[in-house]
Order: sequence, then structure tokens, then C-alpha cells
Amino acid sequence: MTGHTDWRALVAVAMVLLIAPAIPGIATKTKSVLTGRRGAPVLQGYRDLAKLVRKGRVYSDVSTWVFRAGPVVVVASLVLALLMLPLDGRSAPLHFAGDVVAFAGALALGRFALVLSGLDTGSSFEGMGASREVTIASFAEPVLFLCFAALVLATGHLSLNGAVGPAIGAAWPRDTASLVLVALALFVLLLAENARVPVDDPATHLELTMVHEVIVLDHSGPDLALVLYGSALKLTLFAALLVCVVVPRAALRAWTAPVAVAAGVAVVAVLVGVVESAMARLRLTRVPQLIVGAGALALFGIILLLR
Amino acid sequence: MQTTAELLLLLVVLTDLAVLGSSRLRTCIRAVAAQGLLLGLLPVALASRYTVHVVALSAGTVVVKAVVLPLFLLWAIREAAVRREVEPLVGYIASLLLGAAAVAAGFAIATRLPVPDVAEPVLVPVALATVMIGLIVLTTRRKALTQVVGYLMLENGIYLFGLTQTESVPFLLEVGVLLDIFAGVFIMGIVVFHINREFDSLDSSHLTELRD
Amino acid sequence: MRLIVLWLVPAIAALATGLVPSPRVTRWRVAVLVGAAALHLGVTVSLWSSPGESALNGWLGDDPLGLLVLTLVSTLFFVAATYTVGYLRRATPRGGRVFVSGLLGFLAATTLVALSQHLALLWVGLEATTFTVAPLIFHRHDRRSLEAVWKYLVISSVGIALALLGIFFLATAQHGVPGNPLILGDLLAHAGELQPMWLRAAFLFLLVGFGTKMGLAPMHTWKPDTYGEAPALVGGLMAGGLTSCAFLGVARITEVTMRAGLGPFVQPLLIAFGLVSLATAAVFILGQGDLKRLLAYSSVEHMGLLVLGLGLGGVGAYGTVLHLINNGLAKGWLFLVAGNVVLATGTSAASGTRGLIRTLPASGILLVMGLFAVTGSPPFGPFLSEFTILRAAVGGGHVWVAAIMLFLLAAIFVGMAVLVLGMALGEPATDAPAERESAWLLAGPIALAGLVLLLGLYIPAPLQRALAHAATALGGGAP
Repeated sequence: MTGHTDWRALVAVAMVLLIAPAIPGIATKTKSVLTGRRGAPVLQGYRDLAKLVRKGRVYSDVSTWVFRAGPVVVVASLVLALLMLPLDGRSAPLHFAGDVVAFAGALALGRFALVLSGLDTGSSFEGMGASREVTIASFAEPVLFLCFAALVLATGHLSLNGAVGPAIGAAWPRDTASLVLVALALFVLLLAENARVPVDDPATHLELTMVHEVIVLDHSGPDLALVLYGSALKLTLFAALLVCVVVPRAALRAWTAPVAVAAGVAVVAVLVGVVESAMARLRLTRVPQLIVGAGALALFGIILLLR
Repeated sequence: MQTTAELLLLLVVLTDLAVLGSSRLRTCIRAVAAQGLLLGLLPVALASRYTVHVVALSAGTVVVKAVVLPLFLLWAIREAAVRREVEPLVGYIASLLLGAAAVAAGFAIATRLPVPDVAEPVLVPVALATVMIGLIVLTTRRKALTQVVGYLMLENGIYLFGLTQTESVPFLLEVGVLLDIFAGVFIMGIVVFHINREFDSLDSSHLTELRD
Repeated sequence: MRLIVLWLVPAIAALATGLVPSPRVTRWRVAVLVGAAALHLGVTVSLWSSPGESALNGWLGDDPLGLLVLTLVSTLFFVAATYTVGYLRRATPRGGRVFVSGLLGFLAATTLVALSQHLALLWVGLEATTFTVAPLIFHRHDRRSLEAVWKYLVISSVGIALALLGIFFLATAQHGVPGNPLILGDLLAHAGELQPMWLRAAFLFLLVGFGTKMGLAPMHTWKPDTYGEAPALVGGLMAGGLTSCAFLGVARITEVTMRAGLGPFVQPLLIAFGLVSLATAAVFILGQGDLKRLLAYSSVEHMGLLVLGLGLGGVGAYGTVLHLINNGLAKGWLFLVAGNVVLATGTSAASGTRGLIRTLPASGILLVMGLFAVTGSPPFGPFLSEFTILRAAVGGGHVWVAAIMLFLLAAIFVGMAVLVLGMALGEPATDAPAERESAWLLAGPIALAGLVLLLGLYIPAPLQRALAHAATALGGGAP
């Protein structure tokens, strides 16, 4: 961990935190437009949050502090992960050798807290959602590590600060194919981790088919606001990671780099919307197939690098 | 990844993985058709200058591997009213992992073999990987038509390896190779059609009457 | 010129019989078949008096080994053609266009294999045999023959595909070596300069690929089904001719690898495949209940003996070449007789068939004689060649190989004798008087039996020379 942190990097983080609620809105809007509807306004996410914060909380008798702590830990862990991304293309606010593992660990912590808070309600619906979430994650996490391994091999940096920061620009002309494969795999991961089509349909509210939404059925008021903000932030985080891989920003000016990231994140959200309007949700048994396919892509990328 | 040829070879591997991971017969056939197209473009991408030989080989490959055979297979599906699922003996995930292992093995073997002055270093590993993945599809899928798809991939892999030998194996033989493959799959297709008429199913596991 | 005639004649005849539609009975087609076969045999015999031709820039040639295989195929085919005359009168369904055309196409393809000095051309010929034979196996158009042809196509297509990869590996091994690519003579002349790693890979793939077409265990699984379901004369042509051509492919690559000094790598592999084939055949022959499937496993056994002899080297190579001829002729003989049995009884299953010697005297006696010939009993040819291979094993210090081989041969003899003698001897199920058999159906097997007997007693000098030459080329020598 370094004491020397550029304050502009913190500004970039703050900006991402700020735009996060709009990102799922962009995806939804894209989907609506593509399917011939008007759709909710892009900024609806902020209104929902504002409304929920003003409401009261309801807790069931059987739930404990685990249930209450869940949403807070989710958001905190995501912010922690976000701090490790070199958004301005120079340095991340938080970086050390091997922080790729910490990044994945932060994501896992958030998931763990969410799953526990779902299980804590004692409801079988939440339990089902939790088990699905963990099933998908158990496939997705190794793929994330494969992607990171490819990035580390391509750039020679053990830290995200280097791997998706300045060094990625030099790696692109050299290992184009591998990085394209990694980007593809990351995009599939983004869909899987954020419960988007074709892994899960965020628009549905049928408990039997949902993954993510069903875990948070019991949350209400500010808690639900935190959960919603957390899921928006997670989507934004993955999109930002993808943008960091695809767009080398080292050459950009200090202020334009975060703006480029923000614009890139918006583009990714549009892509998510396009996928959602073009594909149907997969059967749950097919989901691992998709994620392992992404893993095979990342593995192939690694093979090309090791050659 | 500097050259077009490398990009094409990369896409060949992706079509390999697509066949392994897809559960729909049509998707498999489309992936093999795409692979045929890539294979047809490769001689042009690899050639230093465009001779009649190269262009003819390329055109012939595209016509046979990317158009005729896939259409024939799709026709067989329609005609025989085959159900859409692939019905693997080994699951899709295991197949994909096997496929990734095959790709790794292809690269590992190719680095150990003394490859004499080939234009494209990725060519040999991709060829070996495609051969292995073809064999995997051939042995782990139950339907007769999927086995034909596997056989086509096997032949595609061999064709890829043959591209390292375009100077030493003359044109005549390449035509012979293409024609033979064509004839083989054609007859196999017809047989498949007969199987369907006799058994009302394209499941080759029904073909178990002859045994000791 | 003669070499081109040799494969153009059957090829054109195949096209003619296949393309010209004729509503009439198959008489003219059979006439074309027999005529082409006779012409082919005539030209082949003329090659013995003045050999040494080559055509198409040296892509075709008649070296001793190729000429031996060609003569074997041509003889067998001529016999099978005369047999077809009688067969098509009796068989149901009657064969027509496809049957005769397929047979002639088979002859063209096998001729190409036997004559080609270019290994890729050899491969093309072998691949072509697969497709010409497939409609012949499917002759009866029923469920069982469908299953047989499906297995045959899938397994041998994969085998032949792997062989093609082997050919490409061989071409890679030849990179930067002087001489024309894949021409046998040039490969042999510069064998020492071939890249050994690729040459090994090529040998492995070609052994497995062509071995599949030969029916070596464990790639033999198509064989019993195919031979069991195909018409007997097709089975005879395949077991006698096609497998010999596939063996020629294995022999060619063995020639090259031995010359390159890779004997220590090649020989154990060949011996292993040989013994595994013998063992597999023995296991499945014991307790076998169907005559044609029995012959199929016997074919697996003899293919095993061929590669075993090749692997043992020395006089073993001579024994192998001699055995190639003996086995081809004997298999033709037995399959044609089995065809007579099927024509008369309607089945090749052993259960229920008794006393063939009484109901079908000629075929019954030929069957029993064939049993002794094919299991290597004196005075027939296979005894001589199997004994030579055994001698090579003992002489080369492979005493264990010799012991295992003897044991397995004995087991195979017992298994075959139980089934064949059970069918030939005993009381017939019906009291029907002995059937008069068609001369067309008997002439062929009798001629082949005569040849096999002759080869057991006396080997003509030109043949002896050709055998010795071929054995030398395969890294061995005449005893």
C-alpha cells in the first residue's frame, strides 16, 4: 500500500460512485427503445433511491443483525474493490502487488454478505436465490481469475494498478488476440455476475426464475436502497474494469481519462441493453455452460500468451 | 497477433469451442460452416502471391466446406426431422474443458516438434487442436449427424495441417482430398437418412444389434 | 502404359456399368465385369514377364511388393467375378447396377493402391476403396446391413483421416530433403535425412490409420459386422484384397522408417499390434456362432500375423510377404464357400446347420479343407508362411513372442474347428437329397484352393524372386 495517492484518482472514484445509479437505467432504456417502448427515464434510479431512503424499514421477527449488516457490507466491499481500479489510467487510490486477489476477494465478500442476509430471513425463496447465486459465482470466480491471470501475463504486473493501467497500452499491439478474448470473457462475466440476461432477467419478478432479485425480497426502505445502489455499483464496477482493459488511458490527460471511463461505462451499459433485447434468458442448467465457455476463451487467451 | 492469418486461425479455435459448447444441432452446423469459410480464406491469407492455384483452392474450399456440406447437413436435419438437441455423452462443460485442454495440448506439442520454416507459427498448434476437438466431438456425441460434424472438424484440422505442405503436395491431390471428403460425408449423409427411415431416429446408439 | 490401362479399364467399366441405365437383367453388366477382370488379370500377368514400368512421372510403378499385391488382388477379383455370375442368379435381392459398378470401382481403387509409388496417391486409392465398398455392404438394404455399413464408414473414415494426417507428417519430415515429395523411391534414397521426430509421428498415425483399414485390433471392431453382413463375395474381396492393400500402406511406411534406422522404435510397435490382434481374434473365435463373423476374426488374426512378421524382421519379413499372398487367397476361398452355404441354407449362423458335407458335398468338403488351410496346417501355403514367421521369432531371440503366438494359434484352431466341423459334419436337419451346386459357384473356390495348396508345396522361381526382393525392401531377407 502506498501513502502517495493522487487526489485526482479519488475524484475519479467519486465520479463513478455518483454515476452508478444511472448505469442500469441506460441498459433498461436501451432495451426499451430497441423493443419499441419508451421505457423509464435513465435517471429513474436516483428517484427510486431517494424514495426508498425516505421510507421506513420493516424487519421480520426471525432476522438478526446479519440481515441488517448485509446491504452495508455489500456497498462497502464494492467501494473497496473500486478503489483498486486505476480509473485515471495512472494509479489507483489503493494498490499493492497481488491486489488482483484482493479485488476478487472484495467481490466475494460482498456476495457472501448478500447471500447470508438472504439466508438469514429463513425464507425458502431467499434460500433458493442464494443457492443459485453461489452456484453461478462458483463458476464465475475461477473465470475472473483466469482473466486476471491473462492480464498479469500480458502486462507483467501483479497489481491491477499496472495490469489494467499504464502497462495495458503497451500490451495491446503485442497481444491483441489474447486481450480481445479476455475482454469477451469479462463481458460474459459482467452479465453473469450482475444477473443480467441471459443469466437472469432483472425485469422479472417471478421468484422461481430469479437469481439476484429473489435474495433481497425481504429488504425494505433504506436497506433496499443500499441493495439497489450496490447492484448498480457492481454493474458499474465490472463495466469500469472492462473499460480499463479495453481503453488504454495512459496517454489521455488527467481529467479526460475519468471522463473516458464514464463514457465507456455508458457504452457497456448500452451493450448490455442490446444483449438483453436480442437474447432470451437461458435455462439455469445452461448458465454454467456459458460461463465455462467464457473461461475457455480466457484460457485460450492465456495459452496464446504462454506460447 | 499481427497478421490476418493469425486472426483467422484464432477464429477457427473459437468455432471449435462453439461446436463443443452449443447444445443446438443447427448452431453446431453453422459453426462448422463458419470454420469452413475461415479455412477457405486461409490459403489466400497465407500466400505470398496470388496464383491461380491458391485462388482455386480457396474457392473450392469455401464452396465445399462452407456452403455445400453445411447446406447438405441442414437439409438432412429438415428431411429427417431431427430433434434440435445435440445429446452429448459427455456434458457441455466437460466437453468445453476437454476442448480447452486440447488447445493447450496442441500448443504444447507444437512447441516441442521441430516445425520447419512454416510461414505461420500458430498454424500447426491450431491444426492439432482442431483434430483433437474433432475427435472429441466424434466420440462424445450420440447423434449420427453430430458425429458427421465431428468428422468434418477432424478433416478441417488435417486440412489446416496440410496448408503447411502446399508446396510439396500438388494441386491434384488437394482436389482429390476435397472430393474424397465430400464424397465420404455425402454417402454418410445418405446412410444417415436411411438410418432415419429404418429406425425413426438418428440416434446411432440404436445401432447395437451386431455384437459379440 | 500398361499401368495406366490397369486402372483405367476397371474405372471406365465401373462408370459404364454405373451410368448406363438398363432395364434388362444384369447380363451385359456381368459380361463387362468378367471381361474387365480377365483383361486386368492378363495385363497383370504380362507385368511379370517384363516388369519395371513406371507412369505419370514415377507416381505409378510396379516394384516387387506392389506387384505381388496387384497380382493377388487381380487373381481374387477374377475369381470373384466368375463367382458373381453364379451369385447374381441366386442372390436375393439380385444385384444390379450399383453392385457391379461398385465391384469394378473397388478393383480400380485397389489397383491404384498397389501401383502407386506416391504415398498420397496410395492414400487417395485407399480412401476410394472405402466409398466403393460401402454400397456393396449395404447390398441387402435392411437394418442389419445398415448398421454394418454405418460402423464401417465411421470407423474407417476416421482411420483414413488419421492416415492422411500421417501422410502430411511424412511430408513435413521430408522438408528440405532432396527428392520429389512423397515419392517412395526418393524417400528411401534419402531416408537417413528425414526428420526423425516427424517420421515417428508419421509412422504412428499411418500405422493406426491404415491399421484401421486392415482391421488390426483394437481398431478391428467394424470387421465382424461388415464381413458378417456383406455378401460373402464382397467379404472375400475385402478380407483378401482390401486388407492386403491397407497392409501395403503399412508396409510402405515401415520400409521408409526401417531404412531411416528407426527399427528399434518401429518393431516393438508392430509386434505389439500383432500379438494384440492375435489375442483378440482368439478370444472372439472361441465360442463364435456365425461362420462369416468367424472368418472376420480369422482375418483379424492373419492381419496380426502380417504385422508380427514385419516387426520381427529378418526371415519374418519374407514370411509376411508370403503370408500376404496365402492369406489373401485362402480368405477368398473360404468366403466364397461361406457364400455357397448362405445361398443354400439362407444363413451363416452355425446353430441349426449340420451335415453340410452331405447336403452340399462340394462346398462342405471345400469348407473343411479351408479350415485346415486357414489355420496353418500342412500341406497348405499358410503353414509355410506362419512357420517362417515363427522361425523368425525364435531365431530373433523373441522366444516369448513365439510361445504366445503358438498358444494363440492353437486356441484359434480349436475355436474354428469346433464351429466349422460342427457345421460340416453330423446329421443334416432335413432328409433332402444332396443339392447340385452351380459350376460358377464352385470353380472359383476350387481354383483358389488349388493355388493355396500349390503355394504350400512349391513356390515358382519368379514368385520366389519377387518375394525375396519385397522382403529385402522391408528390412528382412529370404531364408
